[in-house]
Parts: sequence; structure tokens; C-alpha cells
Amino acid sequence: MNYLVSIGLEVHVQLRTVSKMFCGCATGFGAPPNTHVCPVCLGYPGTLPVMNQDAIHYTVVAGLLLGSNISDYSKFDRKSYFYPDMPKNYQISQYDRPLCDGGSVDIEIDGLQKQIGITRIHLEEDVGKSTHFSGKSGVDFNRAGIPLMEIVTEPDITSADEAMSFLVALKQIMLYGEVSGCNLEEGNMRCDVNCSVRPETQSRLGTKTEIKNMNTFKGVHAALLYEIDRQVQALESGEQILQETRRWDPDAGITIQMRVKESEHDYRYFPEPDLMPVVLDSDKIEEWRAQLPELPRERRTRFVEQYGLPDYDAGILVEDKALADYYEEAAKQSANPKAISNWMMTEMLRLLSERGLELGDIAMKPESLAGLVKLTDSNTINSSTAREVFGILFAEGGDPAHIVKEKGLAQVGDSDLLDKLVKQAILDNPRSVEDYRSGKKAAAQFLVGQVMRLTKGKANPKLVQDLLRTKLDG
Amino acid sequence: MQSDNQNVDRIDVSYVAHLARLHLDKEEIESFQGQLEETLDYVRKISELDVEGIEPTAHAVSVQNVFRADEERPGLNREQVLENSPAHNEEQILVPKIIE
Amino acid sequence: MSLEIENLDLQAAVELLEGGSCSSEELVHALLSRITARDSSLCAYLSVDGDASLRQARDADKARASGSTAPLLGIPLAVKDVINVSGDSCHCASKILEGYVSPYDATVIGRLRDAGAVFVGRTNMDEFAMGSSTENSAFGVTRNPCSIDHVPGGSSGGSAAAVAGGEAVAALGSDTGGSIRQPASFCGCVGLKPSYGRVSRYGLTAFASSLDQIGPMTRTVRDAAALLEVMAGHDERDSSSINMAVPGYSSCLGEDLRGMKLGLPKEYFVAGTDSEVDNAVRAAVEECSKLGAEIVEISLPHTDYAVATYYIIATAEASANLARFDGVRYGHRAEGVINPIDMYGKTRAQGFGAEVKRRIILGTYVLSSGYHDAYYLRAQKVRTLIRQDFEKVFEDCDALLTPVTPTPAYRIGEKVDDPLRMYLGDVFTVPANLAGICGLSVPCGVSSDGLPIGLQVLGPAFKEENILRVGHAYELARANSKNG
Repeated sequence: MNYLVSIGLEVHVQLRTVSKMFCGCATGFGAPPNTHVCPVCLGYPGTLPVMNQDAIHYTVVAGLLLGSNISDYSKFDRKSYFYPDMPKNYQISQYDRPLCDGGSVDIEIDGLQKQIGITRIHLEEDVGKSTHFSGKSGVDFNRAGIPLMEIVTEPDITSADEAMSFLVALKQIMLYGEVSGCNLEEGNMRCDVNCSVRPETQSRLGTKTEIKNMNTFKGVHAALLYEIDRQVQALESGEQILQETRRWDPDAGITIQMRVKESEHDYRYFPEPDLMPVVLDSDKIEEWRAQLPELPRERRTRFVEQYGLPDYDAGILVEDKALADYYEEAAKQSANPKAISNWMMTEMLRLLSERGLELGDIAMKPESLAGLVKLTDSNTINSSTAREVFGILFAEGGDPAHIVKEKGLAQVGDSDLLDKLVKQAILDNPRSVEDYRSGKKAAAQFLVGQVMRLTKGKANPKLVQDLLRTKLDG
Repeated sequence: MQSDNQNVDRIDVSYVAHLARLHLDKEEIESFQGQLEETLDYVRKISELDVEGIEPTAHAVSVQNVFRADEERPGLNREQVLENSPAHNEEQILVPKIIE
Repeated sequence: MSLEIENLDLQAAVELLEGGSCSSEELVHALLSRITARDSSLCAYLSVDGDASLRQARDADKARASGSTAPLLGIPLAVKDVINVSGDSCHCASKILEGYVSPYDATVIGRLRDAGAVFVGRTNMDEFAMGSSTENSAFGVTRNPCSIDHVPGGSSGGSAAAVAGGEAVAALGSDTGGSIRQPASFCGCVGLKPSYGRVSRYGLTAFASSLDQIGPMTRTVRDAAALLEVMAGHDERDSSSINMAVPGYSSCLGEDLRGMKLGLPKEYFVAGTDSEVDNAVRAAVEECSKLGAEIVEISLPHTDYAVATYYIIATAEASANLARFDGVRYGHRAEGVINPIDMYGKTRAQGFGAEVKRRIILGTYVLSSGYHDAYYLRAQKVRTLIRQDFEKVFEDCDALLTPVTPTPAYRIGEKVDDPLRMYLGDVFTVPANLAGICGLSVPCGVSSDGLPIGLQVLGPAFKEENILRVGHAYELARANSKNG
């Protein structure tokens, strides 16, 4: 029997505001526990929330980038449930009037395009964080009240790979839109995974399970591989799938039942009386639409046209916004944007991956790369020296012209000197000369190498070649 | 709220009290049962009205788009926060162990 | 000098201080003595901090000496225990807030502080402002200064008793369904519920967020105007506060009511209202007519549904507002609890009194799955109808005159076991909260048992100047006719 898989994701994306959703507390990651708190986000008696304007803006930007319909009328609601990390024991969220409805994300899977539908995007506040000791739990409320955008997909995803592609594509769009730092280590993107399987002969969706609070893409992928298999096997052996919440155990590589969906989940939503509705007129939405950043696909086309890059190269560069921004910064300062791209596609990506670094970690500035290309193009240094200088820039940063000067790496283009050295190479290697003259033209390369060795690699290889030919052929 | 089915509205006090995280004793449940049923019976009079097409009122004032700028403001110092809590260590508020 | 503190109103106190015939320290000292002498029988205050208030008074005196002319400089005020004052407890008359020290000032407290006011103590109330008699306080029952075995009304019963009993020059109360106007009426003082959005709610421990307002409780209407002028205005910390200029209320007051049209809603003059109340209010209407007002009978057809609507919406909002009292971040926590659910259940069972529990359960129920639409959503729609009733009559009328309550104060214990009967007593006050309009309670008579009776003046939203003008002119006329 073949089975169909339906996966829907609820992705919580932390917005990049400097202050919390409803108060002025800082949102920075890694502060000591309970130091980014105030009476409002601690739910002290008498306090009231006030909406962060930028949180609304970023959510709308995300919606516009995903092709959502932006609601002209939106409101906040209270979602009631008790939990020690939730200060008010209700979460301010959006129930029936979210900021954005609909939309989609395009993914590419096995070379084929596929569209994953977005159901809605709403805005809500994060809860605190608990850590567990023996017999007790400790609560840190720094995270409580940080704005989270919840992006809910349709159950259009049909495999773990598609889920992975979706998350990667979504992250790329969020980064391009500059609505979130999307830093997974800091919990900027967390998701709940809904998954069901059904025999291909069945049209109605199977019973779904929900895997809660996944904070890595790899985890989502692995958990789905396991969960799909688990459900299929259960159906094969005639068992029933329970509608339940499960937890992914990354060490054991399995999902574990947390709780069966109780009727007790009665959130008692009602409109938040302390917050006024958000009414966005079309002028405001159009103003924001006009300010939307260029998305990867558009940027790729532009890179091809503006900088004369091959489509493939442009595709690689735009995949990571930081990489594309870096490229563009360097290309703007260079007469040879294609060379900039070559450096980035080869040395840059190789060194980054070898050393496990991010672009933001390295000292080398875009203007240094542009400078390096200029030195090569003007024949000040040859290509092997250029690689050496790139390595230094990558590790330490600095001005390439200064490095070349300081380390005496400038190309030797003095023909009198080279003429002397060529003569010496001919004298020292009679056999190679003989080989050349007897038709083994490759022997000339050996002689060029000898001259390069004598100049410690700095000779202009083309000049050396010309001089040799003149002497040997003449 | 069907008026033809009286049982629909018999409030399950101990269930609702559990939703509200109120641990009631037996006497309280009993006395609340009668009082709440009497009150519910009274408030059900709003079902007499035809509210077809009437918009609900959630706010007494019709104000919209009340925002604050995304600016950081100083909060409380941790000593103050911890002093108010019934149980804490040097940096966190403590509660009985949360079991998932 | 000997201060007759028990008869001193706010305006007189301001004049004394400004004229230099007494210092704030002397004033506060006299008030503290009065409280010491009287409050053991009234129980109007939950706490009085003599040292701190004398310190504030001396600071005010120093400020005056160095030229300050702040409008309330050195004036002692009593504050209902539901409003946060930095560094002070704010129990809301509940055991569940045991040990809580507020780290911040409510916006109104900040404004009054800036205007020079001195905060003397915290007044008793029904727990979390839920009640109409101040019998639901965890810390004792407040008594009506006019008759010690009667309730002072509620929930701001402590503030009303303090003002009427000469233990405060003026006080702050809060009104969600009548909690300022009804105790003012029962005790014989003035109480003003501002329009929703007129005074910031920031720092007022919420009962029902879409209905709550803080307001002044005073000896005279003029005093209420003076206090409101300082308290009102936009606050960026309260999204529901209106960004609208605050009129100089004191300067809107006059001696007659010529040119004003006052409506009498027929649904407020019905059988079931105590005849002494009915007579006193009708006499007050007659007095207003003599002062030049045009009196018209009008109708507010959905009045009969107001109490039902109110108890659904108010308890629904309260059930969420009071969820934060869980023993985690502040206040009481039950001992010997084994997990969070156990902690919540026991903490809240020990911390809340019976009326609060009943309302939380009612509010949870009307929001719960399967009942939400029939109760909560429907009540919100009826609320629209009630609001529209008022909007319509205020197209024509400048204010409405009604009784505040169907009866004068009742005996302590009389209704305590019959919550529904207690709720029905709010019939004339809850509509104003549902509609978001302003309302004033002014004394208009005394029953044969010596219990005060109040006149309610209702005005359109953000037209506090209308009701203050009516209340003030009526109050002057009544005083003149008594003296004359």
C-alpha cells in the first residue's frame, strides 16, 4: 500500500525589534536571567500593554513578501491557559482577525517548482523560559513579551525534504525582508510540526500528530522522517493514530507522546480590551509595499544583467543575502565584477566552509576584495600571489596594496632582470633546452618554472614565457 | 443556548473551577452550584433580544492604531523582581517542578 | 489653631493652606488624629502610614515656602487599595496579594503627586472591586458612617466612608459597574465616574478592563471637578485613554442650569424602587427645573438587560485579568504544593474570597467552548444596543437624572448570601459603564432612617463638564434651601 503524507507547519519567527511587543524592555539575547523585565511583561497588577509599531510593520512586510492579503482590520485577543512561564496566564495573540491571510512560498524539490500555501500570519507575544532542577523549575522572563510572528502553512508539504526546503526558503525571505535575525541558535525560528499519513486511496486527511517546539531545521527533517515512518507502520499493523502532541528526542532519534489532545484545551479567546484594533488603510499598505526589499529571484536576474554574471553564479550568490550584499558592495567598487564573483564562488566559499565560519565572522571587507582584483588586473601581482594575499585578507583583513608592499609580493616585471634570469635558466638546464628544440614544447614550462622559482613566484609568467620563446626559437 | 434543553446549561462547577485553576472544596462547589445557576438563569434573559446584524462592542471607545515607537526603556532591577516572588534563587523565580 | 478636619472639604483645605492659616503638616496631623479616633469603628482604611504622610506634608510645606503653587500642594488624599503606589502594598483587599510591594506609580498617582498631593492611606474595598457592600474585603467590613450597622456600599466603600465620615478630605475610587457612585450615594458624599478613556487606567488593578475607570470621591461637586482636572488626560501607557484636551472643569461650574436639557429615563423610575428614593430624586429633578433646566422624559429601552449584560462581560474579563494571581511572581503561594497545577489550585483557593471565586467561575464559563457565543458574544451585542440607547438620547439631552440605587444602604449581612439580589442593586449604575459615558452621584436626600439618598447625573462621553455643572448647581441650591 502507498501512503500520502500531509505536513503543515506553524513557524514562530522572532521579529527584529529592539524592544518587546508591549513594553520597552530590551530583546537582546543572552542577558542574565530576569534582567530584561518590567511590570508590564511580568504581568504585574494594573499594568497595560501598548503595541510596538515596528512589530506590526515587520509582520505586514513578511505578509507582503509572501503574497498574503493584509487585513484592513485586525485585532488582538487573549488566549487563556495557565503555565508558570506565562506571566498573565493569558497570551496576547490574534484569533479571528490576524494581520495577514493567505500567501505562499515557492520551493524547488528535485528540480521541480512547488508552491506551499500559507494560511495566515499573526502576531503574538513570547513566553518566558524555564529550566529544571531537582524538584523545582526556575523561570526567566527575559523572553516573555518578545514579538513573535506565527506563520501557519496549509498541509501542502508531503515529505521531510519539502519541509526542509520550505524552512530554508522561508528563512531566506525573512532575512531578505529584514524582519527577523533568523538566528536559530538564539531561538529566532521555532516550529510546531503537524503530520498525518493516509492510504493513497483515501481522500480525507489522516489523524494528525503535532510535534512541538522544534528549533533546528535538521531536527524537523529527522523528526518527520521518523514520524512518517512511525505512522505508516502503525497503519500497516492496523493500529489507530491518536491525535496527540509529541516531542522529538534528538538523542534517541524518536518522537515521544507528550499528551493526548484533551478537551481541556479551551483557550477562551476574547478580544483584548487593553489594545485597540489595528486598521491599516490601503495607502499605508502601498507605502510599505513600495519599500519592500528585492527578493532573491529578482536579485538574481539583476546580477546577471547588471554585472554580467552567469545565471548559475548569480543563483549561488543570492541564496544567502549576506553573501549577495557582500558581493554587491565589492562589485560596486570594482571595474571587474565578474572577477569579484569568481573569488567569492571559489576561495571565499571554500575557506568559509573549511573553517566553519560565517561571512560576518571574517575580517576581510568588501573593499579589500575589490582592491585585490584591482592589483591582479593591473598586473601588480600574479594570480598565485593573489591567492596568497586573499588568504591573508581572509584571516586578518587589511589593505591588499599595503600587504603586497609590506611583504614585497609585487610581481617582477623588470625585463632586464628577467632576461638575465632566463639566460641563466637556459644555461643551467641544457637538457630541457635540447628537449624543447627537438619538439617537446612542454619542456618550456619547466624552464618557466625555474625562472618563477628564482623570483620566489613573483615573476610575471607571461613575460617570462615570451622571453624564453624568443631565446629558444631565435 | 437552547431553551428547549435545560440540561445544556447546567454548569459543571468543578470542571469550570479546574479550568480557572481554583481548587474548591465540596461545600463551596455545592453552594456555588445553586448561586451560579440562579445567576445564569437570570443573565439568560439577554437571549430574549433579537441581535441579528448587531455588531459586538468590545471597547467603550472607538479608537484604533494606538502604537508606541520601538524604543528600549529601562525595566526593573532583578533584586526588586525576586523580592516580590514567593520563591527564588539568585537569578530565577522558582516554582514546583514543571513536568511535561 | 483647632481644625474642624471632619468638616473640611478640599477647596477649603486648599484655601487654608494657600492663605497660610495652617500648614500641610498640621492638616495631615489633624487628619491622622481623626482617623485614629474614628476608624476603629468605621474600618474605612486598610492601612495608614502616618510617618510617610507627615513626611510628604513637610515636603509640601517646604515646597510652598520656596514658591510652589501646585494645585493640590499639601492636600491629603485617601487611595482605594486597588491603585498602585510605588513602594506601597496594593492588596486589593485580597489575601492573594499578601507581601506584594508595587514597584511603580499608577499614572493618576503620578499626576496627583506632581500636583502636590499627600497620600495618607489605603481604603478598604470589596476584594478586587467585586461587590457592592465592601463586605467582600479579606480585611474586615467597612461601616456606613451614617449608620454603623449599614453597609457603606461598594466596592469603593472605604473611600466613601472615609470622605463621609470625616476621615479624608477627598479620596480616589474606581468604578466598574457603580463602585464609586453607589457607595457615594449610600454614605452621602459625591462620587464621579469619568467617561471610559478620560482617566488613565495604568496602575489600576484591573477588574473588567473595558469598564473600569478611576474617579474622585469628595465632599462637594466642586472638589470632584478640581480633582478630575488633575487626574484626567491622555496617557501613552494606556491605549484606551483618549488623546483629547481636558477642559477646566472648575471654570465650567455655575449657579443655574439655564439652557440645559435634562432627560428622565422612564426605565429608571419604576416600581421596585424604594419610595423614599423615588421621592427624593423627583424632588431633586424639581429643583433642577427651578434652576432653569428643561426636563424631558426619555426612554432607554434596553435598560432591563444591562445587569445581565454587565455580569457576563465583567466576569469574563475578570476571569482573565485575575489569572495572573497564581503565586509565581508575587503575592501569596500555598505551601506544600507538588506541581504547578497543585500550586495554582491551592494558592487561588486560599487567596481569593467567595465572591471573587464565583465571578471567576462565571466568567470562565461564559467564555468557554460551547457557551462563548450564547453568553459572551451575545452580551457584547446587547452592549451595543445599550450604548446606542444613550447615543440617541444624548443627541437631544445634555444630561440625564436618575436614582443611583433602588434603595438606600442596607444592613450589613443582609444580602451577603444572595449574590443575585446584590447584583440587581446595580441596575441604575451599570449602564453607564457599558456605554462608556460619565456619571455623577450627588446627595439629594435622607431616608426616614437617616440614610443618605443619591441623585445620579449621567452625561455623554467626555462631557464631564455637563454633569459637574448640573451637580454643582443642584448642590448649591440644596444647601441654600437647607440653610434658608
